[in-house]
Order: sequence, then C-alpha cells, then structure tokens
Amino acid sequence: MKLIIAIIKPFKLDEVREALTEIGVAGMTVTEVKGFGRQKGQTEIYRGAEYSTNMVPKIKIEIVCASDLADRVVEAIQAAANTGAIGDGKIFVLDVGQAVRIRTGETDQTAL
Amino acid sequence: MKLLTKFSGTAAVLGMTLFAALPAWAQDAALQAPAAAASAPTVDKGDTAWMMTSTILVLMMIVPGLALFYGGLVRTKNMLSVMTQIGAIAAFAMLIWVMWGYTEAFGDGGNAIIAGFGKAFLAGVTPATTAATFTEGVAIPEYVFVCFQMTFAAITVALVLGSVVERMKFSAAMVFALIWLTIVYFPVAHMVWAGNGLFFAKGALDFAGGTVVHINAGVSALVAALILGKRIGYPTEYMAPHSLTMTGIGTGLLWVGWFGFNAGSALEANGSAALAMINTFVATASAGLFWMLAERVNGHKGSALGFCSGIVAGLVAVTPAAGNSGPFGAIVLGAIASIICYYAVSVVKPKLGYDDALDAFGVHGIGGMIGALGTGVVYAPYLGGPGGADWSMGHQLWVQLQTAVTTIVWAAVGTAIAIYIAKLVTGLRVSPEVEREGLDLGEHGERAYNY
Repeated sequence: MKLIIAIIKPFKLDEVREALTEIGVAGMTVTEVKGFGRQKGQTEIYRGAEYSTNMVPKIKIEIVCASDLADRVVEAIQAAANTGAIGDGKIFVLDVGQAVRIRTGETDQTAL
Repeated sequence: MKLLTKFSGTAAVLGMTLFAALPAWAQDAALQAPAAAASAPTVDKGDTAWMMTSTILVLMMIVPGLALFYGGLVRTKNMLSVMTQIGAIAAFAMLIWVMWGYTEAFGDGGNAIIAGFGKAFLAGVTPATTAATFTEGVAIPEYVFVCFQMTFAAITVALVLGSVVERMKFSAAMVFALIWLTIVYFPVAHMVWAGNGLFFAKGALDFAGGTVVHINAGVSALVAALILGKRIGYPTEYMAPHSLTMTGIGTGLLWVGWFGFNAGSALEANGSAALAMINTFVATASAGLFWMLAERVNGHKGSALGFCSGIVAGLVAVTPAAGNSGPFGAIVLGAIASIICYYAVSVVKPKLGYDDALDAFGVHGIGGMIGALGTGVVYAPYLGGPGGADWSMGHQLWVQLQTAVTTIVWAAVGTAIAIYIAKLVTGLRVSPEVEREGLDLGEHGERAYNY
C-alpha cells in the first residue's frame, strides 16, 4: 500500500477529485493548509500598515491505495492539478505498513 | 437675524425658551429681559417626530454602527471586548447625562465654561417643558432635546476608545468615561453650543459637533494611547483587521445614522436640515472616493478599508460644516479631509510610531480639525455657503482656530487627568497574558466566534 500526499492549489481540488474518481480511488482526506516554496506570498496593506504573508493557502490531499495503483494516482493528480505556474504544488509517495477499517476491523487492502 | 439662526449652537438656549429669543441673542436677552416670557413657543409635531428619529439614528451609529466598525478592525480575540466596551461606555454616558451631564452642559445660568446645576437629575424637566430651536417661537419638547444631546455624549466617549482597544481594561474604560465626560465633554459642549458658552459667544461655527465631538474625541484618543502605550507586538506582528465585512457594515450604519447627527442638529425639519442632509451625502461620497484615489496615487490598490476610512473622514469633516456650507463647498471639504487623513494614518502615524490602534486621532482628530477650519472657508457666500455679505473669512477662521486650539488643549489636559485616575483605580492595562490571549476571554470570559 502507498500513501500519496499531494499539496495543490485550492481551486484545483474539484478537478483532482474527479480525475481520481475516474481511476477508481474510493476515498481521500482533504485538509486546508498553508506553506511556502518557490511561490512568494502576498502583501496586504491596511491603512498603510503593510504585512507580507509568506504562507500561501494550499490544499493537502491524502490518499492510501494499493501499490499497483499508485503510479496512476500520481499521474492523475499531476495532470489535473497542473497550471504550469509556480505554486502548483508537490506530490509525495510513502509506504504504508498497515490499514484498519474501524467499523469492521478489516485490515490492509480490504480496509481501503 | 436670519443669518444668526445659522450659527451652530445646538439650542444653546434652553434657558432662552422663556424668552423666545434667537440663540445668539442669548446673553443680551438674559441680561436685559429676564421676565419677557410673552407667549409660549410652538411645538411642531413634524419637528418633534424628526428629532426623535434623529436621536434614534445617532443611537444606531453607536450600537451597532461604531461597535461593528471598530470591532471589525481588531483581531478576532478582541472583538467582543470592543463591542462590550462601546456598548457599556455609551450606556454609562446616558446615565451620567441625565444625572449631571445635561445640566452641566445645557442647564440654566452658569458661566462661559459650564452651565448651572439647577437641572441636576433633570429637575424641572417635564413633558410640558421645551427647548428652543433656531427659529423664533418654535421649540421641541425638552425631553427630546435631552435625549438627542445624550446620544452625542455617548458616541463621543465611545469614539475615544478607538485608540486604546486591545489592551485597556474594561473597568479602566468605565472610570475614564466617568471622569472624561465630566471634565472634558460637558464643558466643551457647553462652551461651543450653549448661549453663554465661551466659543458660542465668539461666533464659532460648529453645526453638529466637529469640535465638540471629533476634535475632542480624536485628541483625547491620542493622549490616551500615548499614556497607555503600544500593544504588545506593535508594529511588527500581524494585526490585520479580523473582519472588514463587519467594518463595512458598520460604515454603512454610521453613514445612515449620521443624517440624524447632522441634519438632526438643525433641531427642526426644515431647509437647514435639508442643507445638512445633502452635504452629508456629497461630502461623504467625495471623501470615500478620494481616499481610494490617494491610495492609487501612492502606488497601492484602492481598498475596501480605504473606502470605509474615507467615508468616515468625510462624515467627520462635514459635521461642523453640515448646515454651514453649500453642497460644492462640502464636496471639496470632504476630498481635502480625506486626502489629509490618508497621509495622517498611512504615513505620519507609522513615522511617529504611536499606537492609535483604530486611528481615532488620525480620522476623527485630524478630520475634525480640517472640518473646523474648513467650515470657516466654505461658509463664504461666494463659495456657495450661507454666510451673509458682511461676513469676514479672516475673522471667522481666527475664531475657528481659537476654538479648535482651546479644545485641543482642554481635551489633552482633561484626558491625561482622566486616564491617570483610571490608572490609579483600576491599573489601566490588562496583563500581558490577557493581552496575548485576547481581551474577550481575559476580560469577559467569552469568545466572539465558536465555530
């Protein structure tokens, strides 16, 4: 099993979700996050008081899937979340040791 | 005579109702003809209804207008403390007003600084007693005048809070209000608006309170902020307004309510009120746009907060000029006040480094001064103002300047006294722990938002 973590632009969430549903991903966890990379933050000015925000709002998606599906998930996210501009985000793939469905106690592949 | 009715003293002349004389004649009449109570003044139902409406409009400026305008500008953790301080301090001012405020400002007799205390606890005020308007023989019920002026006292002391939010104790705000109203607001209101008041007698123009309310509150706010000190983290930490949406709503309520404030200050539903009304539209509209223009000229984006700030700066500036200017004079006055206030809060304040948290001085103090002096210009008949042919701008400006400077000094000294008494009694400032955690939890045991 693989854990795929993708940090994407917030407005790309719907497209990514649709692309993943098409290749059979049955669920995901989405979190609103902030962070920075190459993309610079914004400058806010309130009556002359300037604040530069280094952190940019992003969406973090977490998906656990069978190992053989992982490459297609990564491709789907990469294609759907791409705008060609800096700040499109990153995708990380990790190995997962165990999975348990809380309701039934099913484990690993059947728990996904 | 007609010209004299334009002088701003808001019914300066409660005492004069007996004599049915014009406000500016108050002193002479009082000296010469104390028994000239010929015929009872007429109380017009239209005037009375308009003044009751105006009074409620000014209340709406405070709660929820000012509470939302100021509340939106602070951080989430201090929203309730701002709304609570404004509401409670205004409520306290209302009670103080009926106990000794009204008589100290508008009671019978007294001297050039304060009135007599014969109307303490509203002694002698009944549904049958009246307050003079600016038209001979026309009056409004005295209770309506008491209430109308009560709301002015309440909003003025609430305005001062704008500079000290996010760090002053609730109890300190209440003690400050008690002292400040007594030694600053009531005397200044008397001096500017009462028939025997120092500035009224000189012919100072202050239609609805540019000096009494805005210079007074703005300067007091600056002094209070200087004594209280900066907020922890100012100016390096992120202190952006938590909800400009609420500030926008508050701005709208202030603008609407300000028609009660300005047009109501005519004390009648007549042409003078109509002039104040159109000026309260156009000066404000001009100021809102010119603030955004000033932002653009300085390389920034025209902002929502800029628009709101311009609206308030325009309202402040047109307050003394409301019934004392033609519409086009008011448009220019609004534009100038807006641009100068923009530089005061965006450039001068950061350079000087004081922490006037919500720019009570930058907008009300500076805007009030421009309005006070500007009124001495736009009153000119050749600029479309209501001044007579024999009117002298030089003399008027001199009177306006004297009034403004005296008020500045009076407010500064009085505020220092009031703040140090509040410090003695309450400690003035919340602990650093409470300040960091927020005054909502620390002072009131609540959060504004429980998602």
